[in-house]
Amino acid sequence: MTVVIDRSGPTAARTSPVSAAAKARGPAYVTGLYKPRQPIYPKLVHGRWRAIKWALLIATLTIYYVTPWIRWERPGTLPDQAVLVDFAGRRFYFFWIQLWPQEVYFLTGLLVLAALVLFLSNALFGRLWCGYSCPQTVWTDLFIHVERLFEGDRNARMRLDAAPWSLNKAWRKIGKHAVWLGIAFGTGGAWIFYFHDAPTLIRTFWIGQGPLTGYIFCALLTFTTYVFAGFMREQVCIYMCPWPRIQGAMLDEHSLQVTYRYDRGEPRGAHKKGADWTGRGDCVDCAQCVTACPMGIDIRNGPQLECINCGLCIDACDEIMDRVGRPKGLIAFDTDAAVEARAAGRPAIYKLLRPRTAFYGVALAAVSGAMAWGFSVRTTLDLHVLRDRNPVFVRLHDGAVRNGYTLKIVNRGFEDETVIVAFDGPPGARIKTPAAASSGASLTVVAPANEVRALRVFVTLPPQALSAPNLPASFVVRTSKAEARVETTFLSGAANTP
Amino acid sequence: MSKRESDEVTGVETTGHEWDGIRELDNPLPRWWLWVFYASIAVAAVYWVLMPSWPGLTSYSKGILGQSDRQAVVGELQALTAERGAQAARLRTASLDEIERDPELQAYAQAVGQSVFGDNCATCHGTGGVGAKGYANLRDDVWLWGGELADIHRTIQVGVRSGGPDARFSQMPAFGRDQMLTPAQVDDLTEFVVALSRRPADVAAVRRAAPVYVAQCVACHGVKGLGDQKQGAPNLTDQEWLYGSTRQAIHDQIWNGQGGVMPAWKDRFDPETLKALAVYIHANAGGR
Repeated sequence: MTVVIDRSGPTAARTSPVSAAAKARGPAYVTGLYKPRQPIYPKLVHGRWRAIKWALLIATLTIYYVTPWIRWERPGTLPDQAVLVDFAGRRFYFFWIQLWPQEVYFLTGLLVLAALVLFLSNALFGRLWCGYSCPQTVWTDLFIHVERLFEGDRNARMRLDAAPWSLNKAWRKIGKHAVWLGIAFGTGGAWIFYFHDAPTLIRTFWIGQGPLTGYIFCALLTFTTYVFAGFMREQVCIYMCPWPRIQGAMLDEHSLQVTYRYDRGEPRGAHKKGADWTGRGDCVDCAQCVTACPMGIDIRNGPQLECINCGLCIDACDEIMDRVGRPKGLIAFDTDAAVEARAAGRPAIYKLLRPRTAFYGVALAAVSGAMAWGFSVRTTLDLHVLRDRNPVFVRLHDGAVRNGYTLKIVNRGFEDETVIVAFDGPPGARIKTPAAASSGASLTVVAPANEVRALRVFVTLPPQALSAPNLPASFVVRTSKAEARVETTFLSGAANTP
Repeated sequence: MSKRESDEVTGVETTGHEWDGIRELDNPLPRWWLWVFYASIAVAAVYWVLMPSWPGLTSYSKGILGQSDRQAVVGELQALTAERGAQAARLRTASLDEIERDPELQAYAQAVGQSVFGDNCATCHGTGGVGAKGYANLRDDVWLWGGELADIHRTIQVGVRSGGPDARFSQMPAFGRDQMLTPAQVDDLTEFVVALSRRPADVAAVRRAAPVYVAQCVACHGVKGLGDQKQGAPNLTDQEWLYGSTRQAIHDQIWNGQGGVMPAWKDRFDPETLKALAVYIHANAGGR
């Protein structure tokens, strides 16, 4: 199969050499699976959207690199790292919150929330995520900037690539790749800090004492960052990422996205300084929007799968509009409906509130509400009860019956808790642990912080309480703050007395 | 074999064979496949050198890495022993009560005890320890030879009727079979024992049996039938019956005087295992 992306229009002078060769050889041959990449040399632009991109690049990278180093004091031997995915201890720490594997639904909820935010922002403003905060975009942008530092801007880079090898070309290329690898290593290195205590790991990592998974993931992320951001770039978005396929379903004619206002631009053509603007559009066909595009597309062909909505073409075009003395915004965040309306001579109407956005908004509110409720009713004390099955019951010398249970007392708190364990069933029940010398109506045990305490208990019922072969009962554990109750049964075998 | 010919569409030579009008193109093997094939051969050659592989007449090629699964298992067992060394040593030195009071040591003893019990004791006493007819229930609070930790420890070490010099030993005479009592007396005694366990019995028979009980049974089972753990004589007033609680079962026991055998384990296990087993059984019997 040949993937051919339609790039008709003024810049579509890119006919695939593969398909041309295939044509020459005739229909009996299958063409190559992959299309060779057309190198893209994005030109540096200045303007509002570029500034926002810089700001977000710095902000997101700062969050990524700094987060593992934030300390958050926790009692005892618990880790003092604010954000930590502790696989060995099977805990997730996030500032004041700690999640256990059983509570992974909070993470699921968070992912659902993230998806809904993505849907809503997409329906309202197009692919803002892709253009500004997707890691692929951010690191690619950073890598392009490094490339620019070593090899110069668009034209210089094209010249350098076309030039034969020389010392000048060699040191620029080597320098670029060295810095790229440095950033890639830093990226992989920062990633593993999220899974281990960062100050410890940074020492053990260098002396070869770090965990094997740390080295593996550091290498993996170094490799993917270097390859994805350095070489594959827009190909990751176009061929690997599923989102461009899905996002089409989120968009409609009222979504604000980077749009070429053909109602204003057409008919386009070269423009001489001082010439009359009547009878022609504002587009001077300078192709600055094309040279600025990191995805290598021409926005004037309308909304396209490849467009990540980064707005760099807006900045490039605005600069030209300024220069030729036309109002800015020939390319702008606009809606298809508005452009169409203006083209037909009607006033443009912007509709942010639509059934689609309303639905996403309501869903977002509902899931947020459910998450907030889940968090508010979340307790740190939990109880699980396992009945002994072999034997299910034991008859004692005086006709009393004893059942064994294993209680799992979960203390998700950061402090040791004194827990009262009681058996709530027929009157006269006595409860004890195996090693205890005597039994009582309830037990007092300590549930260590951040642990599951497995506690074996025996419950004995006197003969007069054994009214049925199985008696409904429950175990209750309570601390000064919380209580948990689990239903169980007491089996007495009363039907077959000796 | 017909002569070589070429396929007209692709220009590739065919193998020359024809089956039902179908001819096979003589394309070379895919290059990647060929390289994988060569690489596999190379890997096999390296493997022969490194690992044990070729059988010989008396032995086999050992390989220069010296890999041996047997050695690996021995090494792992040694590592395991070394790893458990500290806890095993504590188990050896600590007294039984100390083991039971220390939660960590107790948990370790329980784990060891459970595994040893499953391999050695479960055959007679059941995996859950509830026993069977003729095999003592280790989960309740009724003990023939005492239910204290030390008693259990001792019983495991020496066994019951195991033949050793220190073995727990008790013998119930076969009053009927050996004609020590008449069948009528055995019948009456059965009623007496039923009455001892506070169940309805034939009052006349109980009266007739009273002097027989005093003469024959009191020495072991006591005046009130409470038994004697020093002699391993069961309590006849409780609701636990090693050989059954029905009149027939009681009658049979008086007639035949059965007694089971439990092996002595002190020569089979090291001291720490014996302790662990005692702690496990004691804890699962609800302690005392």
